[in-house]
Amino acid sequence: MSFLGELWDFLKERKKFWLLPIIVMMVLFGGLLVLSQGSAVAPFIYTVF
Amino acid sequence: MRILGLSAFYHDSAAALVEDGVVTAAAQEERFTRRKHDSGFPIHAIEYCLEAAGTDLGGIDHVVFYDKPFLKFERLLETYLAFAPRGFASFRVAMPVWLREKLFQKDLLGKKLVALAPDFDVKGQLLFAEHHLSHAASAFFPSPFEEAVVLTMDGVGEWTTTSVAIGRGKDLEVVKEIHFPHSLGLLYSAITYYTGFRVNSGEYKVMGLAPYGEPKYARTLLDNVIDLKPDGSFRLDQAYFEYCTGLRMTSRKFHDLFGRPPRRPDRDPLEPFHMDMAASVQAVTEEAMLRLARALAAEYGIPNLCLAGGVALNCVGNGRVLRDGAFENLWIQPAAGDAGGALGAALAAAHLHLETPRRVTPGKDAMRGSYLGPAFGQTDIEARLTAAGARFRVLDETATIDATARALADGKAVGWMQGRMEFGPRALGGRSILGDPRSPTMQKTLNLKVKYRESFRPFAPSVRREDVAEWFELDADSPYMLLVAGVRAERRREMTPEEEALFGIDKLNVPRSDIPAVTHVDYSARIQTVRADTHPRYHALLTRFKELTGCPVLVNTSFNVRGEPIVCTPEDAFRCFMGTELDMLVAGDCLLLKEDQDPALGRDYKSAFALD
Repeated sequence: MSFLGELWDFLKERKKFWLLPIIVMMVLFGGLLVLSQGSAVAPFIYTVF
Repeated sequence: MRILGLSAFYHDSAAALVEDGVVTAAAQEERFTRRKHDSGFPIHAIEYCLEAAGTDLGGIDHVVFYDKPFLKFERLLETYLAFAPRGFASFRVAMPVWLREKLFQKDLLGKKLVALAPDFDVKGQLLFAEHHLSHAASAFFPSPFEEAVVLTMDGVGEWTTTSVAIGRGKDLEVVKEIHFPHSLGLLYSAITYYTGFRVNSGEYKVMGLAPYGEPKYARTLLDNVIDLKPDGSFRLDQAYFEYCTGLRMTSRKFHDLFGRPPRRPDRDPLEPFHMDMAASVQAVTEEAMLRLARALAAEYGIPNLCLAGGVALNCVGNGRVLRDGAFENLWIQPAAGDAGGALGAALAAAHLHLETPRRVTPGKDAMRGSYLGPAFGQTDIEARLTAAGARFRVLDETATIDATARALADGKAVGWMQGRMEFGPRALGGRSILGDPRSPTMQKTLNLKVKYRESFRPFAPSVRREDVAEWFELDADSPYMLLVAGVRAERRREMTPEEEALFGIDKLNVPRSDIPAVTHVDYSARIQTVRADTHPRYHALLTRFKELTGCPVLVNTSFNVRGEPIVCTPEDAFRCFMGTELDMLVAGDCLLLKEDQDPALGRDYKSAFALD
């Protein structure tokens, strides 16, 4: 739960509340991806991530 | 006040310890785990730092992480949004990694630290510094300057790819930034990928390849790919790249512009085209660095410049910035890459957050020669070597230096393990392989029999600081091998047109100077100057070698084979010694000759490490 609090504080600090619906959608979508695959392997161009 | 800085989870994990504003210990995790560019939680590096300070995590006031994961996640989301739906391929690979792990870095760090010290207060003691502030702090606070302009350039941190900060005393303020996706580091990485080398580790190979080519495509890059302004600021046309949306660096449009697809490292040979591409991106990078330096010198009127970030490891560019003279003085953080972020994060917390006063010694930086890693006492070395089955003689210090210098003068390749291990990517005489630079065959021997690496890559010289101007076109300190300068004209030998036309080891093997083993094809050398007060034993070896041969220069390359992290312990050194064709190993006062060793202890070392 502290994670959600910190995420909220972050959005407040950065004044980026408009990111919230996108985060929710992406988390849901990303969650599906996590569930649908066995392992998470970092891509090779990892500077970008 | 003790502060522990950490970098982890991307590449080059490291830990660094700052006590009352003074850097006392730092090491990269890869040296302990023996996995190159290890990105895991740096538990071994942390344990080493705590041991060096004679404490445990309970004795640490703050732990500082070198970047801000939420900010990075914000950049990732906004980038995907800006390019949607094109970035789906990248999104589906990146998101699971983030949702499982990276987004929860604070929790993860907290758990690891609490496991080390149950009463560690995550909320109060764990701090986060921005990536480029960490780089800037690592460049300014250990520098010998009271006041300086600080320029950081790398691939990307959270949003920032290039930043300018002004440092005064214990204060450091970021005044300008260039943001992702416009990045000099990523441009260089894109060409690294395009020429068939590995992103994030092959960039220095591109730099080494550049002198073989002509910058034929620099104009094409400047006219199409990068819009470089007179003040050095720049924008990249994203139509030529795919790093925002895909899993490749360059796009089809980029390949069409230059008329061919990326080189496949395992199938396609290196051709003059790739050398010309390397020369071109090097020329563009140097031009950007020069313009930035000139504009900043004119704008702020401060004579001192500090550099950090991965691009500051471009020692050819650094050498040009110094020779250009826009700034009178230049200081570069030796661990300019992400490992150095650990050090910068700790220093930023010390001076900016906790307001610890900063002590500056004019003319002398606070990096202790970058000898910040583990050291092993003579008794310990003897015990460890004996346990490993080594046969050795123990000499006194003078005899050790004399025997080593004589072996070097006889053309032997020597493994040299002395004192504390270096922090940063370069071996500086603590964990080095040494050779005679006058020998026309030394380069070939080291490349093919000892290091097992690509034939086109040159070696670097160590030279006594007091002798540097007699051998090279440089009369300044370059203790960290981060400046490139030419070999002096009177020591050069002109190449014939037939020799000019050669490539790779053939061209490199043509003697071009009195010290051919360290002279690149364009007569340049990546110089390390050695002072008696920073590394007395290495300086004494150079002095003895000069007495024997008249030459105060040695070939100095890192003590490892291709793909292996630099050795850390006497056991690592012995394994590398036995697995390669090194003739002699000098660890502390222990002297090992290859012919004395049990051949059964040798093993196939060449294929023991994945190639980088």
